[in-house]
Amino acid sequence: MPRGNVVDDLVSEPSPLLRVSALSKRYGRVAALDAVDLDVSRASIHALMGENGAGKSTLIKCLTGAVSRDSGRFQLDGRDLDPTSPRDAEGAGISTVFQEINLIPHMSIAENITLGRESFRAGLIDRKAARRRAEGAIARLGLSIDVSREVSSCSIAIQQLVAIARALDVQARLLILDEPTSSLDRTETARLFETLRRLRDAGLAVLFVTHFLDQVYAVADQITVLRDAKHVATRATSAFPRLELVSAMLGRAILPSSTSVNAGPEQQSPSLATKPSTNPSQAVSSPSGSPPFTDGSSAAPPPESRPEPSPRPTRDLLSLRAVSLAGSIEHADLSIAPGEAVGLAGLLGSGRTELAKVIFGLDRADSGSMSLDGQPYSPRSPRDAIARGVALTPENRKADGIVPSLSVRENILLALQARLGVWRSLSTRRRRDIAADLIAKLGVKAASADAPIASLSGGNQQKALLARWLATDPKLLILDEPTRGIDVGAKQAIERLIASLISGGLGVLFISSELPEIVRTCTRACVLRDRRTVAEVAGPSLTEERVMEAIATHD
Amino acid sequence: MIRVARRYVPILTTLALVVATFVAGSLAYPNFASAGVVRNLLVDNAFLAVAAVGATFVILSGAIDLSVGSVMAFTSILIARLIEHHAVHPLAAIALSLLAGAVFGLAQGLIIDLFKLPPFLVTLAGMFFARGAAFLIHPQSIGIKHPFVANVLNDQLSLRLPFGERGVSIPITVDIAIVTIALAAVVLRSTRFGRSVHAVGDDESSALLMGLNIRATRLGVFTLSGLCSALAGIVFTLYQQSGDPAACKGFELDAIAAVVIGGTLLRGGIGSVLGTALGVLLLGLIQTIITFQGDLSSWWTRIAVGLLVLAFVALQGQLSKRDE
Repeated sequence: MPRGNVVDDLVSEPSPLLRVSALSKRYGRVAALDAVDLDVSRASIHALMGENGAGKSTLIKCLTGAVSRDSGRFQLDGRDLDPTSPRDAEGAGISTVFQEINLIPHMSIAENITLGRESFRAGLIDRKAARRRAEGAIARLGLSIDVSREVSSCSIAIQQLVAIARALDVQARLLILDEPTSSLDRTETARLFETLRRLRDAGLAVLFVTHFLDQVYAVADQITVLRDAKHVATRATSAFPRLELVSAMLGRAILPSSTSVNAGPEQQSPSLATKPSTNPSQAVSSPSGSPPFTDGSSAAPPPESRPEPSPRPTRDLLSLRAVSLAGSIEHADLSIAPGEAVGLAGLLGSGRTELAKVIFGLDRADSGSMSLDGQPYSPRSPRDAIARGVALTPENRKADGIVPSLSVRENILLALQARLGVWRSLSTRRRRDIAADLIAKLGVKAASADAPIASLSGGNQQKALLARWLATDPKLLILDEPTRGIDVGAKQAIERLIASLISGGLGVLFISSELPEIVRTCTRACVLRDRRTVAEVAGPSLTEERVMEAIATHD
Repeated sequence: MIRVARRYVPILTTLALVVATFVAGSLAYPNFASAGVVRNLLVDNAFLAVAAVGATFVILSGAIDLSVGSVMAFTSILIARLIEHHAVHPLAAIALSLLAGAVFGLAQGLIIDLFKLPPFLVTLAGMFFARGAAFLIHPQSIGIKHPFVANVLNDQLSLRLPFGERGVSIPITVDIAIVTIALAAVVLRSTRFGRSVHAVGDDESSALLMGLNIRATRLGVFTLSGLCSALAGIVFTLYQQSGDPAACKGFELDAIAAVVIGGTLLRGGIGSVLGTALGVLLLGLIQTIITFQGDLSSWWTRIAVGLLVLAFVALQGQLSKRDE
């Protein structure tokens, strides 16, 4: 089997716990998995990496029996395995915790852990036994939680751990975690990793899917990279430098950044563009010789350097003076000029999203003043804001952004239609044209404009959401965590897009918890701390270090 | 503490309303708080209670069954015809009609599951189908005069309680309703099927990924609903001492109202049979009060029910909003 040119000698180890050979799966004419091989050893944490669409999810769905494979072979402990459902796979010893935590919200922790495999007494469910078992499973993870609590009342982190406890309650030999950290904060992630190490040391094999480079280096023993439905590399983590990993994932040159050349390699955030400017062509080992980066947004300048602060226009597009809202914002001053991207930085809970809500008319400020385009501005609803040319892509794309059952085109045209009102209709042709134009401009990868938006990858959904607002020709675009949960390539595409938008005169408010992103994308950053705007960093002094200092400073 | 209490808010509200309504009735009308009135309350609502138990399962699982009233009518005319025209023993007729109800429910479940059709539409079709079939069996109502029904079922098997001057006799229909409620409560709480019903209604995709058998659960729910509809039809027939193909039109909506007033979430996942029983009692009490008032048209009951349903839907909306 072609295994890429960077496979180490794992293959020759004594039989692995799980062996996947030549696994293939097609959806229509698209290959989701093309003769993929994967070995997972006992007592190891194995990271599965790759961009969106690389085939990670499909691989896991095949392994858990949620999706039937076209060809290929699974062996668990040397014996053939042919799971037909998640339950079936569980019976064989493969337990999975999916990305969207799959628990029953209004049942207790104990019930969630034992549901479907309860202990019985006199023909009825033995609640005491369920409680004991759940307590045991939770204790195995090194936690102490009241197992009679209802799951919906627990934090996401606890829910994640409950899902893992459930997965381990059967005699799991392989635990699959599909992006388990995407909704966890730093401490929660650390706690999860501690748990994973403990489980590994007890002999469990863990297959761990993630986007975050830092986490892979923190916890994984082995790394397997998939790209474009193919296996690219499997190596021990220690033998897989970051830059090589990233280039294996992307299969293309990494764009170096001019902003944080002086940052040491060990203090890196996962964002790859903060890499020291190594000559990318030397670092990339591209086994399949993929074509160079073609992401459709050729109109945008490459983000090799952050846009130079042009002389600030005298007129502000948006300005906020001492805006406050009880329980949400204490004091915010902010200004954005046309053609300027302003970053909003701060820790979670510092008031970033809350401020965006006020600007977009979702909440009304108690005091302070706002002006837009020189006119007083106090939107009473998003409708007001949209009518004044303000657009917002929300943080939670799935819940607040896309309408999953509508097509890509319909999703793109939603806001435009809202702006026009119900009575002014657009001709079918014009709708087609607008959508097609934006799809091309933004490089939205979809089977067709008529495909349901839910079928797109996260990055492409985000692009379609951006397209929706661009269709309304806004003056000010608020982006709340636009790159969360999307892969590195899509992140770069979105950053390039922002650069091209501001060069067209749009004002952008860019909210992100990833400082490198703010530093790359924005000309100025406003720092929020404890629901107050505390600092503004602009021009050459806009570096991650300066922003972090502002966030960390105590009064 | 508050969180736990919150899920019990609807059922506690219902309980409070039942008590308050009863107290109000007792204060307003002499003789209201008597064994006879309570007896009638139970007797008149036994078949609603049985039907509502089935509806509780269906609604808890996140589905709906609109065929309840028609299946009740079908059962009632089937039993009457079998007993009176074909000389079938009442017990055999009852067994047969229970089987028919269960098979009918299973068939609806199979169609919903195999063809991925919405329960609303499939059971709407089932509603018309069962109603038509009821009229095919016999186009008019048939009185049941079989001695076994009159003497054994409705008389000897009644429970005599020493309340009031002449004692109160509780007919078997009330026993059936109480046993049904008790059994359903145990099934929902302490069997894998019962927990799966909750899980499927709360979050179906999670339930699937947790390895629960969604299909078996759904088929079970609709079979049970058909069975309960048939049983409700039997109780109704014993109560009326006749079978009628035109009976119980729209009765499924009364059952759904009782379920909602009993605190079960219409989107599924949260609720209880006990709540449903309280919901039935509350509806019955309102009816009783309006009867006692005397000068009110009995249609005021429907208006009261409408307002109550609205209030409970609003309450649930508030509660689930705070849930987020």
